[in-house]
Amino acid sequence: MLRWIVWRDLMLAWRRRSDMLSTVFFFVIVVSLFPLGIGPELQLLRSIAPGVVWVAALLASMLSLGRLFANDYQDGTLEQLLLTPQPLYLVVAGKVLAHWIIAEVPLVLIAPLVGVQFDLSRETLWVLFVSLLVGTPILSLIGAVGAALTLGLRGGGVLISILILPLYIPALIFGAGAVEASIIGMTPAPHLYLLGAFAIVSLLFAPWAASAALRISLE
Amino acid sequence: MRGDRRLFSGLDFSLSSGTFVQLTGPNGSGKTSLLRILCGLSAPAEGKVYWESADIRSLGEDYFAAVTYLGHRPGVKDELSAFENLRISNALNGVEVSRDDALNALERMGLAGRESLPARFLSEGQRRRVALARLLVCNTRLWLLDEVMTSLDKGAVGLVRSLIEEHLNRGGIAIVATHQELELSAGVNQRLELTT
Repeated sequence: MLRWIVWRDLMLAWRRRSDMLSTVFFFVIVVSLFPLGIGPELQLLRSIAPGVVWVAALLASMLSLGRLFANDYQDGTLEQLLLTPQPLYLVVAGKVLAHWIIAEVPLVLIAPLVGVQFDLSRETLWVLFVSLLVGTPILSLIGAVGAALTLGLRGGGVLISILILPLYIPALIFGAGAVEASIIGMTPAPHLYLLGAFAIVSLLFAPWAASAALRISLE
Repeated sequence: MRGDRRLFSGLDFSLSSGTFVQLTGPNGSGKTSLLRILCGLSAPAEGKVYWESADIRSLGEDYFAAVTYLGHRPGVKDELSAFENLRISNALNGVEVSRDDALNALERMGLAGRESLPARFLSEGQRRRVALARLLVCNTRLWLLDEVMTSLDKGAVGLVRSLIEEHLNRGGIAIVATHQELELSAGVNQRLELTT
């Protein structure tokens, strides 16, 4: 069941590759604008790198979240998903997993490459990669709650940002904190552990909250 | 209740196996709202829906396993082919359909040769047929069909009628909201007319 929903969403995303690519391009361009705008001041670039990359990842995931349920809502397949004989939070968890693979994993993979522009050491790039790998599931999970709540509303795109971005702050602080710690030569482990704990908590609560919100939105 | 308006009240009926209910009424009289309450998508403002003498709210997913609801919007994905649409929607409902069964169902719905075409190339009526093909492969007992005859040609309407007749002969129940007269030769025919 979970397998089918993930497979379905991955196949749909593959047939609409342009949507997926636009998120990645947005991320790459936003991150690249900073070194171009600031110029070759290596010390400054190194110190802003963690925040810039993480903020760009948050904004890029905002772009794709609007589509998480909206497409299924428009063609009526979401109603059918609500009426499947499985717990709804499993359906939501499947869709969130697919969203993470489609929209977040490409960012995680490309982040070390764009990080090179900020003169980060190899070790720090590695920490950047791990922090995004642990942190991006939080973005998909919490984002799903916002996407479910704003489903079918006019101007839902702006509303979802207002609703969800504040909830991303802990992920931003600990994610960027891990990279910062690595830059100044400290161990990033405590930040990563906290980030992991936050991911587990959102995994427990977000699918459940999102499915409750979906039932309300479709009533 | 929809907004502040009371659509219907004092509605009380029970249906046994092999019953067909034609739900009629002018636009806005609450046909869709009633069907959505019956399938569990919406909660009634007052009252309860029982399935085999248990409240559907407490049955939850077990109830969904016994019901097929087809709404206004066909629930067909543009990017997927007719065949993929049918197989995936059934797999999500816990019924894995074999390749041959799915192809046979699509053939019976008059979609032979178009199984692997993405649904966005199909006409409105053909997409409706893809959605209706689900009725051939699901094994649910209660069918709730909301205006499924829109944009179907005469042949397809006849096909839907024979599908419902077969379903009633198997002991199923069907509630169909429609503006067209539908006379069935099987089961117990009933009519529920909503007024504004």
